Amino acid sequence: MTRKQKKMLIRIVIAAVLMVVLHFLPEFVQVSNTPLFLLWLVPYGIIGYDILKKAWKGILNRQVFDENFLMAVATLGALAIGLLKTGDYDEAVAVMLFYQIGELFQSYAVGKSRRNISELMDIRPDYANIEQDGQLVRVDPDEVEVGAVITVNPGEKIPIDGMVETGESSLNTSALTGESVPRDVKPGDEVVSGCINMSGVLRIRTTKAFGESTVSRVLDLVENASSRKSRSENFIARFARYYTPVVVIGAAALAVLPPLVRLVLSLPPEWGEWIYRALTFLVISCPCALVISIPLSFFAGIGGAGKAGVLIKGSNYLEALAKTGTVVFDKTGTLTMGVFDVVDIHHSELDRETMLEYAALAECASSHPIAASIRKAWGKPVDLSRVGKVEEIGGNGVVVEIDGKQVAAGSSRLMRRLGVGPIECRSAGTIVHMAIGGEYAGHIVISDVVKPDAAEAIASLKRAGVRSTVMLTGDGPSAAAQVAEALGIDRVHSDLLPGDKVDKVEELLKEKKAGETLAFVGDGINDAPVLSRADLGIAMGAMGSDAAIEAADVVLMDDNPLKVSKAIRIARKCMGIVRENIAFALGVKAICLVLGALGIANMWLAVFADVGVMILAVLNAIRALFVSRL
Amino acid sequence: MKKTYKIEVDCANCANKMEDAARKTAGVKEATVNFMTQKMIVEFDEGADAASVMENVAAACKKVEDDCEIYL
Repeated sequence: MTRKQKKMLIRIVIAAVLMVVLHFLPEFVQVSNTPLFLLWLVPYGIIGYDILKKAWKGILNRQVFDENFLMAVATLGALAIGLLKTGDYDEAVAVMLFYQIGELFQSYAVGKSRRNISELMDIRPDYANIEQDGQLVRVDPDEVEVGAVITVNPGEKIPIDGMVETGESSLNTSALTGESVPRDVKPGDEVVSGCINMSGVLRIRTTKAFGESTVSRVLDLVENASSRKSRSENFIARFARYYTPVVVIGAAALAVLPPLVRLVLSLPPEWGEWIYRALTFLVISCPCALVISIPLSFFAGIGGAGKAGVLIKGSNYLEALAKTGTVVFDKTGTLTMGVFDVVDIHHSELDRETMLEYAALAECASSHPIAASIRKAWGKPVDLSRVGKVEEIGGNGVVVEIDGKQVAAGSSRLMRRLGVGPIECRSAGTIVHMAIGGEYAGHIVISDVVKPDAAEAIASLKRAGVRSTVMLTGDGPSAAAQVAEALGIDRVHSDLLPGDKVDKVEELLKEKKAGETLAFVGDGINDAPVLSRADLGIAMGAMGSDAAIEAADVVLMDDNPLKVSKAIRIARKCMGIVRENIAFALGVKAICLVLGALGIANMWLAVFADVGVMILAVLNAIRALFVSRL
Repeated sequence: MKKTYKIEVDCANCANKMEDAARKTAGVKEATVNFMTQKMIVEFDEGADAASVMENVAAACKKVEDDCEIYL
């Protein structure tokens, strides 16, 4: 507890004790009304002096509808009724007392959950070890220059992104990815900050400054996330602006109109009774329960998601995520590993080695991943002196002179253009047809490996209530259909060039139902425009990829496609809690207002309802933090 | 130009009021108060002097909610 909270607690205890003493005082001692009133002013002053002061300042600043003013009017009114009529002062002091208890609880709970969430995200490294004159010195990670060598001992956090120079170890990445399986690293491997070194001493050459490192970017993102407000939050803020004045006007009407009507009907006006009911109204009018529980729910939801390795960039995105109806996958890198391998060679008269050698020579100049996979399968250095003229046929392949012979490698379209009849392939993957000296020489099948969890990920999206899943790919139609069927994907769009993906997503955006969200899942490589065009861009495997973190609205820290459905379930749970809190708080307030107007609810009930609703709403909001079992 | 300021405010509704007050201050293009992280993010109009605008923002906030602090 802070000093302020402790002081408030002491005031509450003293006021409560005095209240009990004064309540039973008349049974033992004869006190007349006026001295009793003065005695009651003592606990009232102790518990409520700051409210009265704030109310007075509010009036000076022309802020009449603030809750301090309302509490002051309600309790002073109750004291006045006690003095003039009933001689009963418990109520005024009790209302003030419970109001303050509620405020104290609220500030304690909010502070506590704020600390909880920052502890969850406690990945900020405090220091880096640098070797100076043969000794390790701890320095502020901000002072470490790019390219410096830092030492990370077992048990320490890696403070800055870099590459392992010496040492082998396993890293615990759970703070970043929510993934508990440790990752083994050896010299030459890239490591990201925020991981915990578990076994061996690592010497790491930094590749980024601390401020640009993964851990700093992630923290920055999480800290600023709740600043992008959701529609629910904006609704509540607007609602609170009207709610209080409306209730106050209602209270004024309740105090004045019924007695006047009774006068007209020549009944006794009962001013005291109606003013009391109006004061009850004022006690209910504070909107705090509502206003606090909504941002707290979002904050807890975003914090819990962060713990599970799902970074949501704002409350508005969490809201959109919960409404996801369509999920579009860019196949490469999300459902598949994004690593191409030569899996087979078909219809070739040549032996495998010769075929691969020709292919590797033909593709020697290309940086395309397909070309890289062919060179990897060949596995030997390429003798460039054998390669003559190279001609790229845009998007279809290459025609190259090797040892004086014309060699073509590429799509079936390229083959037909050269007048060679290709044999179509029914295997899944990318097919590179080869023609040597104008004769068809067979084709190489290159396939991207499907991730082990991909099928389960699609199934779990369905269970989470996603209506339609779509896959976009540059593969041919038969291969694409085969993968889609194996994974259980509803729709496939194949043969897409990178530029077509934006158009395709725009088409899908037009088709979807109103009120639903279309989420695009990409690996952050080459798909930044699509990520930003979709309602919700989800980037995957973003540990270390700046472009993806920049362009996406939701960032999955590792590359497991199951995390997409987890993210949606976290968002749905959080939005469920938000709706519960809105309905619960509004409902209870409405019931209390009606009961108060009918004279059934007294001030005691009103203040209990107010504080009780707030406590329950805050506790419910904190539930959004627990996401591990979703 | 966007700047973030640390603030101290006790209740969520007061944070909303501060946000409102800051938005209405001359020279402020957009203001967001994040109650949970106790931060105020202010986007200034082009050519506005952040320091003097923030003094007005602080005064306006004090007016709607006496018990608040903006660390300039």
